[in-house]
Amino acid sequence: MAPAIQAVGLEREFKGAVKAVAGIDIEVSAGEVYGFLGPNGAGKTTTVRMLVTLLRPTGGSARVAGFDVASQPAEVRRHIGVALQEAALDLLMTGRELIELQATLHGIPPRRVAARGQELIERVGLGDAQDRRVGTYSGGMRRRLDLAMALIHSPSVLFLDEPTTGLDPVSRVTLWDEVRRLKAEGTTIFLTTQYLEEADQLADRLGIINGGVLVAEGTPAALKAEVGSPHLDVTLAGTDALDAARDALGRFGALRPTSDPCRVSVAVPDGAEAIAPVVRALDEAGVLIASLEVVEPTLDDVFLAKTGERLEDEAAAA
Amino acid sequence: MSRTVLALARRALRNVLRRPQFIAPLVVFPSLMLAANVGGLSRTTSLPGFPSDVHGFLDFQLAAAITQSLLLGGVSAGIAVALEIEGGFFDRLLAAPIPRIAIVLGRLAATTVIALAQVVYFLGLGLVFGAHIKAGVPGALLVAAIGAVAGTGFGALGVMLALRAKSASTVQGIFPLVFVVLFVSSAFFPRQLLESPARQIARYNPLSYLADGMRDPIVHSLRAGPALEGLAAAGGIAAVAIAFSVLALRGRLGQT
Repeated sequence: MAPAIQAVGLEREFKGAVKAVAGIDIEVSAGEVYGFLGPNGAGKTTTVRMLVTLLRPTGGSARVAGFDVASQPAEVRRHIGVALQEAALDLLMTGRELIELQATLHGIPPRRVAARGQELIERVGLGDAQDRRVGTYSGGMRRRLDLAMALIHSPSVLFLDEPTTGLDPVSRVTLWDEVRRLKAEGTTIFLTTQYLEEADQLADRLGIINGGVLVAEGTPAALKAEVGSPHLDVTLAGTDALDAARDALGRFGALRPTSDPCRVSVAVPDGAEAIAPVVRALDEAGVLIASLEVVEPTLDDVFLAKTGERLEDEAAAA
Repeated sequence: MSRTVLALARRALRNVLRRPQFIAPLVVFPSLMLAANVGGLSRTTSLPGFPSDVHGFLDFQLAAAITQSLLLGGVSAGIAVALEIEGGFFDRLLAAPIPRIAIVLGRLAATTVIALAQVVYFLGLGLVFGAHIKAGVPGALLVAAIGAVAGTGFGALGVMLALRAKSASTVQGIFPLVFVVLFVSSAFFPRQLLESPARQIARYNPLSYLADGMRDPIVHSLRAGPALEGLAAAGGIAAVAIAFSVLALRGRLGQT
């Protein structure tokens, strides 16, 4: 089956020889959630704008839903839904008016416009607010309306550009649930985000972009495994059992250096599954513990390994 | 395409009604200027060289007020499009599977309707305050036709500016220029009463023929010459402006 999204050497250069996207290769299978992760200015939005035909590539090629973005843009637009970084809504219109306009623009027959609009409005939980002007909506409501509009024509491929930026935690989780639901329905989703947790939670596969270049690609688990295995940090109740603890834990994996005299750290490839046998071993050795924690490599560790910087530091600096 | 154009036109019209601050400049300002001119300058009709067959200064000034209002309507249309571009809604329209020319045509269709409403408003205002439309209903229809075509053209100019400038403040910045162009025409005073170089400029200013074309059925009977000149001026403005706005759209799409 042909990929839902395929980019080969995709490039975009702006005036002044600024290469916002410097030749990236991406392949997204049908029904997959592809996370596109990177800091501000990495080239995420530029890539999305090229794939949704709002920006012409200056190099390479891309096909979306089987159509070339440069030579068949109208066909691409017919098969995609787009929710851009800024929820581009007309604040003077009501939610119902906007979604019905979107339905008309996507060629939904006049007799079905109202019903289809109502269906999507209810799906995103805006039934009570549909006759209010969008200018009165909260950020979360606007995002939900934006998503509903992107889904009005049941697209096979959906582009979500930083859909939860600026949302409160509850709204963010609501949107995540909707993304999972769409995935279950078979929609291919191209999701850009600067939030590690979002990428980790939602994406089947991730592409990490930095400075216009794809620096890593793979499943979240595979990417994290590249940079290290989980480890177990055990904080002892006192320093007198340190040797006994090190003997007990040394059977499970390589001991890791720590500067804390009350702490022992051991690599545990099995992750959380190692907790029970470790606790038993420490108990049999008569070691009292204050706390125990499984620490997994994070996507930030992956970003650090690939770029030399932490994504979370860049986000905080921005 | 027609369904798309109608839907976008309906949206544009609805938004104009929901944004009274956009309507006010189109009618309030020209109305105030009309009142000031008629109230303070009515003895202009006694000047040597002023057409002797004009019933009153209000009859003479109505066309100027309509022309001014239509020009401001064009600026307003441009500001509306620029705000769409700034706010990102324009991108939403570009991402939809519609002919992109429909985005411009929808806006222009709305502008035509608004232009007709502007003409009706000023003719009605004039009649309330004692103006006479010498050519009667056919004359009023001629004024409406010239006004609608000219208003569409001014709207297309506004859209062109918005597509090039992409900024509402830039489009708004041409507002003073509108007045300059209007004052160096025969919209407010007969060309023969203008001093040089205004008189020379007015001779070649299409707004002169536009205003005279709308004025003639009000102050005279229906006459082919001024009517055709008015329609030609309005049509010429509209044709050139629409062509430029299409080019501006293509230029913007090409840049992206």
